[in-house]
Amino acid sequence: MIAEAFSFPEINSILRWKDLFSTFNKIALIAVAAAVIGSVIFILAGRKNPLEAPKGVRNLAETSVEFIENGIVMQTMGKDGLGWTPFLLSLFIFIYLCNVPGIIPFLQMPATARMAIPMFLALLVWVIYNGVGLKHQGIKYLTNTIWPPGVPVALKPLVGVIEFISNIIVRPFSLTVRLFANMLAGHILLVTFALLTSSLITAETQQFLLKPMAILPFFMLVFLTAFEVLVAFLQAYIFTILTAVYIGGAAHPEH
Amino acid sequence: MEAFSHLIGAAFDQQQADADKAASAAASAGFAYGLAAIGPGIGIGYLVGKSVEAMARQPEAAGMVRTTMFLGIAFTEALALIGFVVFILIGL
Repeated sequence: MIAEAFSFPEINSILRWKDLFSTFNKIALIAVAAAVIGSVIFILAGRKNPLEAPKGVRNLAETSVEFIENGIVMQTMGKDGLGWTPFLLSLFIFIYLCNVPGIIPFLQMPATARMAIPMFLALLVWVIYNGVGLKHQGIKYLTNTIWPPGVPVALKPLVGVIEFISNIIVRPFSLTVRLFANMLAGHILLVTFALLTSSLITAETQQFLLKPMAILPFFMLVFLTAFEVLVAFLQAYIFTILTAVYIGGAAHPEH
Repeated sequence: MEAFSHLIGAAFDQQQADADKAASAAASAGFAYGLAAIGPGIGIGYLVGKSVEAMARQPEAAGMVRTTMFLGIAFTEALALIGFVVFILIGL
């Protein structure tokens, strides 16, 4: 018999951290570190001689720029969108560096698992794609958003409501929730299996088979940690590619 | 004395009601997430299966198919994630 029942801690205790100093906690520290590390990598890479064969930091930076250009911009916006590469690149690098601390020992917390950072980024994207739409199409953007070109007149009231809700309200909400909930779910999964492992190891029990059983949740923990590496990359990629799609759609309504 | 015991009885009922509410919230949170995961599970499976089929038929279009696949996954997955958020909101 296990002496006391296994119980999951309060959700706040796995998400809240002590303030390092007032109004500055670990989440803020991770976010600042992500911004600083990202900037430093690209500033260092930018100082290298472009005529030599790239190596080290420069290699990393060139690979990521190429990935954004070929994997995201060219696939969604075409050649016109290449001007958006710097913005999309910094968005991608920042989100990725905010996600990755979820699996780094002792940090163990993705900064994007709190609502604030994804929500701010999504609102930024919302302002940008609406701004781009207004700039490229003028005031017609407003009607093009709620009535895509080629909608029959009879359907206009229905399509108008649906498109307005999906383009203006649901888009930033779903961008936020997608990133936030993915990282939070991963974090909670890791906590759950780490707790299972530790409570099996420390269980006071007569059953000699129970303690070696801790190897099972431990394997799951290792597997999930590897999975989280993938999720951290994939969520940064999806956020960036959706941003590219929204900006591209606002600039060219016929696509 | 009579009134006093009534008071205690009312407070006890209140506690009981809170406990019942918490228990049913925990149970329905599980149902909420489980139900929310069915549709997106089927959807993502179908989507990725079809994408793999498309990539196998036409490997030169693999890049484009992959991008569109990730977009589709992102939209489909949002439903499951909203279910997860609801699970957190009512269950914990």
